[in-house]
Amino acid sequence: MSEMKPRTLFDKVWDSHVVKTLDDGTSILFIDRHLVHEVTSPQAFEGLRLAGRPVRRPDLTIAVADHNIPTMDRAKGIKEEDSRIQVETLEANVKAFGVPYIPMLDERQGIVHIIGPELGISLPGQTLVCGDSHTSTHGALGALAFGIGTSEVEHVLATQTLLQKPMKNMRVDVTGGLPFGTSAKDVVLAIIGKIGTAGGNGHIIEYTGDMIRGLDMAGRMTVSNMTIEAGARAGMIAPDETTFEYVKGRPYAPKGAAWDQAVSYWRSLPTDPGAHFDTSVFLTATDIAPMVTWGTNPEAVVPVTGLVPNPADIEDEGIRAQRQRMLEYMGLTPGQKMTDLKVDVVFIGSCTNGRIEDLRAAAAVAKGRKVAAGVRALVVPGSGLVKLQAEREGIAQILIESGFEWREPCCSMCLGMNPDKISAGQRCASTSNRNFEGRQGIGGRTHLVSPSMAAAAAVMGHFADVRELG
Amino acid sequence: MEKFTKLTGIAAPLPLANIDTDKVIPARFLKTIKRSGLGVHLFDALRYDKDGNERPDFVLNQEPYRKAEILITHENFGCGSSREHAPWALLDFGIRCIIAPDFADIFHSNSLKNGVLPVRLSRAVCDQLIDDAKLGGNARITVDLERQVVVRPNGEEIPFKVDPFSRHLLLNGLDDIGQTLQHGKALDSYEVKRHAEQPWQPTIAAV
Repeated sequence: MSEMKPRTLFDKVWDSHVVKTLDDGTSILFIDRHLVHEVTSPQAFEGLRLAGRPVRRPDLTIAVADHNIPTMDRAKGIKEEDSRIQVETLEANVKAFGVPYIPMLDERQGIVHIIGPELGISLPGQTLVCGDSHTSTHGALGALAFGIGTSEVEHVLATQTLLQKPMKNMRVDVTGGLPFGTSAKDVVLAIIGKIGTAGGNGHIIEYTGDMIRGLDMAGRMTVSNMTIEAGARAGMIAPDETTFEYVKGRPYAPKGAAWDQAVSYWRSLPTDPGAHFDTSVFLTATDIAPMVTWGTNPEAVVPVTGLVPNPADIEDEGIRAQRQRMLEYMGLTPGQKMTDLKVDVVFIGSCTNGRIEDLRAAAAVAKGRKVAAGVRALVVPGSGLVKLQAEREGIAQILIESGFEWREPCCSMCLGMNPDKISAGQRCASTSNRNFEGRQGIGGRTHLVSPSMAAAAAVMGHFADVRELG
Repeated sequence: MEKFTKLTGIAAPLPLANIDTDKVIPARFLKTIKRSGLGVHLFDALRYDKDGNERPDFVLNQEPYRKAEILITHENFGCGSSREHAPWALLDFGIRCIIAPDFADIFHSNSLKNGVLPVRLSRAVCDQLIDDAKLGGNARITVDLERQVVVRPNGEEIPFKVDPFSRHLLLNGLDDIGQTLQHGKALDSYEVKRHAEQPWQPTIAAV
């Protein structure tokens, strides 16, 4: 018997899900988990209906509304008509096609990428897809998880497979201890700052190194979540004891003898020594500081101690023009200190940073301090279960006493599809994942930061180095 | 999906890199349950001012580019969100082909599934085509998927490559779900084998 070629984590998960490879190299890839939400699924269900096709595996599918729903007064229903129609359409579709559904008023409702891992729906070694680019989040468990478009949602609903071309392997290795005052958010912003928003195009990233290993699951999910901001559809982290401990006992995780079988399989998944990576990138602790984005894509990032960069220093004409436009949109002048920038709004939440660990980090900074005058600060837990836990732990109380608004779980101000938006010209410290023009509201200016940095900005009224707040 | 074989039309130059899908179609327009009707909101922030008036300096507000069927742009087009509303909005406006040095992965795949052809050509060639496009209405560009060439207004042919499977679907206007379902037997036996090998894999019971 010949020795098997060393394989990466991605290779192993991919290989075990190939139903068939077609002549031109396209593979039919089996999908273990399909998460569905209200915004990218109506046209897919409509497609099934028109073709008279059923959902092949409703038992591997779960739906929840998260993008479009209000964060207040939910018992009164959804006021905005088009949002309400989208949620009602989802509810009619899950009923007609027999898809499991978590309703808006259920305590397990939340952002699809928070509740997947939280409920044990997302597991190591699985293929998992959702019509949302931040599906990369679930890669933190060692799953191959990526966002798909609505046509692909329909394809998965109809066939439980996707047609995929093999992707390249990229390793991002981060070594050293996590520096004081930093978190996983700073790590991933530093990575994107280094490789750029297109750095991962065509690749699947695997995160390695002792800094990544040292992160808890919430931190790992933050890193995997923002992988798409570096252009890679999926960002995987090999499952280890931290992963197993996290998954064990969750409602949909295997139990008893099945658990032992699962873990023994999951232990076979990490990348073999000598496996080939097409691209490798290395960072160390010295690359990581509390980060703040200054521009309108996540690669436009500096340490909080830094200055707004000067585009005149850039050689490439196209990039220089783009950076110039970023400065104009963001209302910034080269050389300004990041800590001099006043904030109008602070948003803590999203699939990037809406977990209990994130809220604890924010509360640790907010405790005994008040939200600065003139600042509107919003905390939107990632799920109903996160919200309940924060209330049990007293975290909600700390944040409320500091002057934060405490809301119901959903995507909220990350993308302004519900009533939570920022106004033109307002500057927002946000724990979300995208600082694109208009993302949080028309003309709104988004700066991406970690939860503790967002809390620091809220209480100081401007960006502040959380390491100096003590 | 409508077939894509050969297209000769007006090309709009949009020499910007990293155009994200929020820029192609902002999130507030995603509250629809249809695929059609999004063209009016294509590039909303670039195309209209805050009062909803057209910005005259934006290319798609100018003649002859209001009738553009081809868009020529720079690196990493379509980065960000997986929203298929981006190719739907382009298609609804009338764009059937986008030429760029490279595309974000999800957008690339979403476009192919809607009969919008993404063509990768080097930055230098894109800049050349952008110069051609700037010549206006008489400078038509041809995109021939059968022969996999772009034809410049001066007749010069530039070869490009599309993966054979996607090309086959586009040329024939085929639904890829139908293609996959032809492999139903392989899928049935995969499911049986998987269940036998990993009986511990849980399903999601109705909740």
